[in-house]
Amino acid sequence: MDRLQTELRRFVIDNFMYGRECQMRDEDSFLDLGIIDSSGLLELVNFLEKQYGIQVEEADLVPENLDSIAQLARFLRRKLELQLAPVASQRLQHQTA
Amino acid sequence: MCGIAGICNSQSAYVDTDVLKGMIGLVRHRGPDEWGLHADHGIGLANARLSIIDVDGGHQPIHNEDESLWITFNGEIFNYVELRKQLLAHGHIFATHSDTEVILHLYEEKGEECVRYLNGQWGMAVWDARERKLFLSRDRLGVRPLFYTKVGGNLIFGSEIKSLFAHPGVCREIDRAGLDQIFTFWFTVPPRTIFKDICELPPASSLTFKDGEIRIHCYWQLDFDSPEIVRPEGEYVEQLSELLTDATRIRLRSDVPVGAYLSGGLDSTIVTALANQIVGSRLRTFSIGFTPEELDETPFQQDAIRFLNTAHQQIRCGYNDVAAAFPEMIWHTEQPIIRAAPAPLYLLSRLVRDNGYKVVLTGEGADEIFGGYDIYKEQKIRRFWAAQPQSAYRPRLLRRLYPYQNNLQKQPDAYLQKFFHASQEDLRNPFFSHLPRWELTSRLKVLFSDEMHQVVPENNAVSELAGKLPLDYFRWNSFCQAQYLETMFLLPGYILSSQGDRVALAHSVETRHPFLDYRVVEFAAKLPQHLKMKVLNEKYILKRAFGQLLPPAILNRHKQPYRAPDGRSFFAGGADVYLEELLAPGTIEDGGLFDAPAVAKLVEKFKTGRAIGVKDDMALVGVLSTQLVIHQFVTSFQQGGPSWTDYRQNYAVS
Repeated sequence: MDRLQTELRRFVIDNFMYGRECQMRDEDSFLDLGIIDSSGLLELVNFLEKQYGIQVEEADLVPENLDSIAQLARFLRRKLELQLAPVASQRLQHQTA
Repeated sequence: MCGIAGICNSQSAYVDTDVLKGMIGLVRHRGPDEWGLHADHGIGLANARLSIIDVDGGHQPIHNEDESLWITFNGEIFNYVELRKQLLAHGHIFATHSDTEVILHLYEEKGEECVRYLNGQWGMAVWDARERKLFLSRDRLGVRPLFYTKVGGNLIFGSEIKSLFAHPGVCREIDRAGLDQIFTFWFTVPPRTIFKDICELPPASSLTFKDGEIRIHCYWQLDFDSPEIVRPEGEYVEQLSELLTDATRIRLRSDVPVGAYLSGGLDSTIVTALANQIVGSRLRTFSIGFTPEELDETPFQQDAIRFLNTAHQQIRCGYNDVAAAFPEMIWHTEQPIIRAAPAPLYLLSRLVRDNGYKVVLTGEGADEIFGGYDIYKEQKIRRFWAAQPQSAYRPRLLRRLYPYQNNLQKQPDAYLQKFFHASQEDLRNPFFSHLPRWELTSRLKVLFSDEMHQVVPENNAVSELAGKLPLDYFRWNSFCQAQYLETMFLLPGYILSSQGDRVALAHSVETRHPFLDYRVVEFAAKLPQHLKMKVLNEKYILKRAFGQLLPPAILNRHKQPYRAPDGRSFFAGGADVYLEELLAPGTIEDGGLFDAPAVAKLVEKFKTGRAIGVKDDMALVGVLSTQLVIHQFVTSFQQGGPSWTDYRQNYAVS
């Protein structure tokens, strides 16, 4: 399991399961397992924004992005890549010059 | 209003009166004015009395003309005046002017069926010396409590569980299935309680104990089958107006002054307005104001006070007040609670008592029987949404339903649909209305210890509840099903007990509930549904019938449920003396019910300000109150009870 997924799993288990390990696979739906309630989604978004410095838009708030460890990791990577993209491109131009 | 306790020995004539004194001593808050005891071959009855009717003459326990019947009674029979007249006409001779004696003479006439003629709130015990039979009974809606247990050949009973624990033969142990029920429904399903082998007599039930055998009989059922012919709306409005006015009038029968709780909501304002009209003098009213502004209803209370010209007093309640009152309050609720809402009501009854009042009217019951709770609207919207799951408009109605829940306002539709179970399959579930609430509460079970999970099977709570429902329940529509669950279970199991009887009588205050007059309840159950909720306008018929008695601001306000400061109350300094000790890993492990590291994570979440949701609030209040129940009733129970020095003795052993 990669580091990002481990971190996300740790947060979900600590925060929503009060640290109790459960038989949750990376693809299992938080909603189906009853792990996340109405305030849980907001806690999750707060965590992502603070911990990884990303901005979660209203349009991002769909289960396809946020409803399992695997979905969260994919969503987060995509967001981080988008954020890093302009910086990386600037750095490249600078090096070329 | 009183506290009762007793022992019935089916095997020998011996009854230990010292034990009985200890039992009644533990509920003297219910009746601080005087106490009495009757002991005879194989029977002991005790009573702690709060004198309200026939203050000087109504001592208890009392007997009939030939002393073949004895009674110890907790409650009020509001139609005692009419019943007394009828019984006098039949030749009965009365020794007092109390409502209690009326029951005895009615029992002589009707036997166990006498309870069908009573309009009131009660928990009582009648000893029939000729038959050598003990008869216990509880009112239809479970306003007043009654618990019992059997030890050998003894039936031991009392208004509160702590009385039973004063008997040396009674074990004090947590019932794990009972805890699982509270962490599902907020209540235990009678006869189960939070304590092993301690039974609650269900509402609307009577119990007989004869020759060592217990027999329980349900004497009244709430029935939602509507009549086929719907009458004009005006007729229902008129009938309700007459019924509720009469229900309020007979609840003002008292030899001491009667006040009222005034929350700023529709129901208590209607009751206050009616009482004001009937009394004809300035009514005393009492309310709670909250320091967290989002919970406070003071402006609405002010509207009602000005409009009705009552003499009003308010207590202010903040986070620290909840924390400070909490342990004492749990001594009175005698069961874990999931929300801290009983705490302010505990403080309110103290205000009433400090003002010299013993009796208050409340608006309790209206939300259950006239469709006022959000859960009724919620199930209606969910049903509407399930018919068109792709609709963008329908889920928005759910957001409009809960304007005071900030977290919910921000939820995307896809999440709302999952939380509120709006699928076609769910529509066929007989508990459709309550699924979201029960699922949310059940999530707290993640904090249970492994042992708890092993001992109590999953879905145990729901199956046990299903087994207690009348067959008709499964024919009713989901609105009526929701009403039945709220009225026959949550109301007696939590609202009228932890938020009602227990916290009011903790300070010797009797509550009376005009909306829970059984005539009003039966009327409401038979009402066409659209008169309870017109589209999404809750309690429509109440607004029609009593609108002119109310200030417009209260008539037109958006319904706000009663809410109190919750989890964070315990981290504002007021709970320092007990929180750390009760939630310490060692204490949690000793209790055996919760997982110690999980509780530590929960506490840490609060301490670091990360607990922002209802689930965390409920988890903390649930765990802390359970730990208090263990501490106060299982590990450190105080035998013997309080001092007797300030009691007027009325002690007679025959």
